[in-house]
Amino acid sequence: MSQRIKIAQKDGKVSVEERTSAASIFERSVPGRTGFSLPAESADTAKKVDDAIPARFRRKSRAALPEVGELDVVRHFTHLSTRTLGVDTTFYPLGSCTMKYNPKINEDIAALPGNCHVHPHQPADTMQGLLKVYHDTAEILGKLTGLPGVSLQPAAGAHGEFTALLVMKAYFESRGEAHRNEVIIPDTAHGTNPASALRCGLEAVNIQSDSRGRVNIEELKSRLGPNTACMMITNPNTLGLFEDQIHEVAELIHAAGALIYLDGANFNAIVGRVRPADFGADMMHINVHKTFSIPHGGGGPGAGPICVRDFLAPFLPAPHIKFDGTSYSFDHNCPQSIGKVRSYFGNVNNVMRTYVYLRQLGEEGVRQIASYAVLNANYLLSLLAGAYDVPFGRRCMHEFVINATRQKNQGARAMDIAKKILDYGFHPPTTYFPLIVPEALMIEPTETESKETLELFAAAMLEIARLSAEDSSQVTAAPQSTPVTRMDELAAARQPVLSWPDSK
Amino acid sequence: MTNPFILATPAEEKEMLAACGAESIDQIFSDQIPAEYAWNKTFGLPPALSELEIQRELGALAATNRNSTDTVSFLGGGIYDHFCPAAVGAIANRSEFVTSYTPYQPEASQGTLQAFFEFQSLVTRLFATDVSNASLYDGATALGESLFMALGARPDRSTILVSETVHPDSRALAATYLKHFDVKLVTVPQSGGTTDLAQLKEAIGPDTAAVVLQHPNYFGCLEEAEEVAKLAHEAGALLISICDPISLGLLAPPGEYDADIAIAEGQCLGLREFGGGETLGLFTCKKEHVRRVPGRLVGIAKDKYDRQGFVLTLQTREQHIRRDKATSNICTNHAHNALRATIFLCLMGPQGMEHVARMSARNTARLRDAIVSKAPKAIAFEAPCFKEFVVRTKLPAIEVCRRALEKNFFAGVPLGHLGPGFENHLLVCATEKRTDAEIDQFSEVLAPCL
Amino acid sequence: MPVPPDVRFLKSHEWARKDGDLIAVGVSDYAIDQLNKEIVFLELPPVGRNVSVGAVFGVIEAVKAASDLYSPVAGKVVEVNESLPDNPTLLADDPYGAGWMIKVAPSSPADMDALLSVADYQKFCETEAHH
Repeated sequence: MSQRIKIAQKDGKVSVEERTSAASIFERSVPGRTGFSLPAESADTAKKVDDAIPARFRRKSRAALPEVGELDVVRHFTHLSTRTLGVDTTFYPLGSCTMKYNPKINEDIAALPGNCHVHPHQPADTMQGLLKVYHDTAEILGKLTGLPGVSLQPAAGAHGEFTALLVMKAYFESRGEAHRNEVIIPDTAHGTNPASALRCGLEAVNIQSDSRGRVNIEELKSRLGPNTACMMITNPNTLGLFEDQIHEVAELIHAAGALIYLDGANFNAIVGRVRPADFGADMMHINVHKTFSIPHGGGGPGAGPICVRDFLAPFLPAPHIKFDGTSYSFDHNCPQSIGKVRSYFGNVNNVMRTYVYLRQLGEEGVRQIASYAVLNANYLLSLLAGAYDVPFGRRCMHEFVINATRQKNQGARAMDIAKKILDYGFHPPTTYFPLIVPEALMIEPTETESKETLELFAAAMLEIARLSAEDSSQVTAAPQSTPVTRMDELAAARQPVLSWPDSK
Repeated sequence: MTNPFILATPAEEKEMLAACGAESIDQIFSDQIPAEYAWNKTFGLPPALSELEIQRELGALAATNRNSTDTVSFLGGGIYDHFCPAAVGAIANRSEFVTSYTPYQPEASQGTLQAFFEFQSLVTRLFATDVSNASLYDGATALGESLFMALGARPDRSTILVSETVHPDSRALAATYLKHFDVKLVTVPQSGGTTDLAQLKEAIGPDTAAVVLQHPNYFGCLEEAEEVAKLAHEAGALLISICDPISLGLLAPPGEYDADIAIAEGQCLGLREFGGGETLGLFTCKKEHVRRVPGRLVGIAKDKYDRQGFVLTLQTREQHIRRDKATSNICTNHAHNALRATIFLCLMGPQGMEHVARMSARNTARLRDAIVSKAPKAIAFEAPCFKEFVVRTKLPAIEVCRRALEKNFFAGVPLGHLGPGFENHLLVCATEKRTDAEIDQFSEVLAPCL
Repeated sequence: MPVPPDVRFLKSHEWARKDGDLIAVGVSDYAIDQLNKEIVFLELPPVGRNVSVGAVFGVIEAVKAASDLYSPVAGKVVEVNESLPDNPTLLADDPYGAGWMIKVAPSSPADMDALLSVADYQKFCETEAHH
């Protein structure tokens, strides 16, 4: 099947038409075609199956899956891959997402049979290598954060938040302080913070930022009370600014008997140069798909290990992994543990990739992550600062936020600028986040990009600023180079079609 | 050692610093971070390795793990050694797929969006349900999410009934997820390896928001799902059904027995065992619950030139908009795992899914028959089973596994973790991958232990 | 958009208006504009539900924004605009007429006096827009 044309028949005449959308795999289905190859059924199969499974348990008709051959499937999905931008194809300066390069050796090691074909219920002595990876990764993350209690179980950052908040609740309960149910969350926070708090039966208390984009200390003081359980803080925050009053914040929180939860989404900015424990964090999650080079895979799987202080460690999810000096084992006897937050013991595939990356980088390499992430962000900021308004000055950590109100007043909103970026062959920055900056464009180049890539991107951004000032219609009409242009999301949400309609 | 992931040369670094008005990278940090927090000591990390050394050392480390390519595996209990066509990895590993982000920018993400839309379509057809999301973390967390959905759909009720035959990890997770809410989580006991329907009838009532059933259950036995659905619905409760997607090539899908929410662990659909760490939460439900669905949903949309495409839709359910009012805190799906499952289901098609299900059932029946012929009383539960069943062993099951390993078999999952009384129980599974010779040899190895 | 003079507002943009013995409740044209007029979903309470001042009575969703709806008055919901969820465009086209959401039998009709007048509300929106 061609991806560009289709054959049309009208009034008995056959003609060729341009395809405007990719065919669905269901449209490619031809009854009777197959794409799998397995040994034929054994002769006794019908009898054995009939004896084993009474008729009332059987499916009435085969599932209406497409009937396609291997080449059909390969062409179809290969074509779809060409309609997707990845870090390997395109610079991807998505703020808050840390779209760094994903080393290929990580994939090779993860795909070794000794890693990817291990069953979680194998005896522990048959998977010592894998358990060593678990143990050592936890130890390294504990050292880098200064928070030695580590669980590699959470499947994602938000899952890590949720898990750590449960750990915190169990800790407070063990101290007879179960009444602590308020979580203080700044308005710059990721939406997952309040959503995770809710999932733990906690109450989110929102506080506003000050004019410098940092925690408003006076408001914080007014919200602290006997029911405060913790403050969830992102540092550097989502504006790309280090919370320079973190010392005071931590003292206030700790004096109130509460804990500091660090949202580790921005760990890339400080890893190897600052230990979160040193500025007061008691618990945090790490998005290994950001900081430790796990590919994003179109939106997952990631992994969200959590690191906590010693006194919180007994409450981490079960099982814990033990090393007695000679061998590794699972410890299921964890009486204070919050229990299970997922099946088995974590996204092993991504823990493995994390370990490979950390072993390749070593101490100096890890320090270079933050060093060059911050250098690249500041360099890009210096290239854009004239043409765009940057609300919080000329210094940033690993990312920065543009306020495109000036361009909006010329007719091109932040979303228009983002779409125009696509026409220059780059993935757009994050738009409209954080919520407190109007017309926000949040840019995070990461440490793995070259100087000339940053300059090319800056050139495109400057050109867009010029177009916006001279003729914003050239910006608002974007994108033109993509397989589709802006979609009618209103119609899609009003009448949602969430699966391919049955052919019946 | 060289760092291939940092591209700035010393000369470039100098130019960049000059443009930033900084003397050094250290200065950019010290401009912003109080000196007391700067870490200038050693962490004591293992020394850096070159890529060649990584290949050597971590390759050797991986080789110390036994696995289902060097040991004949009868392990199951949620993670299975099923066939996976080569094309699954070959296509899924296309680096556009591997290195792309969540498709928030639809123009740049039509490929992944369409793949996830096709995933949703394939799953709803396999399950015979109305709506599928674009996947969750794993089967256990899918249960956690479905409990919140059920409680939201039945706001005046606060009891959840979970059958004892549900996977123990899922049951434990349900307890963790609900601990801080005013919800009663009641376990309905099993009898003969399946949910005790008499006890279920007794337990169910006007406060029951949902009944959780796994079918085939953790012991491999088939449950009377249709009857449980009726009981639940008569009481005004929802049925949450946990199924095995492979079984649906042969067994009635959740939609046919009227499950309200149907979920599953999708590892069996073209994913690898990976220590239980390459998982896929499948989540489907009836249409009426669509606005309570956790996680991402992809829908069809058109652009202004009337070209058809796809977008993430009904996003107001999600955390980045609803924050503390979202249906869930989830902001990821297991996208790449879902992609593998999508490709797998397309390659297998209706015939392949039926074939795998039938051969798994057939191989399991062969193993069961072989065991019965040697030790008629060793089968713990007489109920019909699909691809696994429980064997009673004379020795502790852990010891049986150790002996079988000497003969190069992973014998199965010892069930001691279920509590006292289960130490001498072994859960065995024979997928379509097991040969007659492997099954027969394995039954010989087991025989003296039964 | 012209606003009927007898409408009163909450700062969270819900309006209230006397309708015989009842009080009709809806949301302002300003709020609908803030949601880009892209209303996709509306969740309204069942008839018979009690509401109180400032308490959530429903949800309004646009493509990429959602907001709780707060009641400007206390009382019992006696009518719900059933056609609205299927015709959310009414909210933009006629917010103070056909776009009403619920009618409440007020437990304390004086609640109306505490609400903003049209002029005060419009002033409030102007300052909010410049914030």
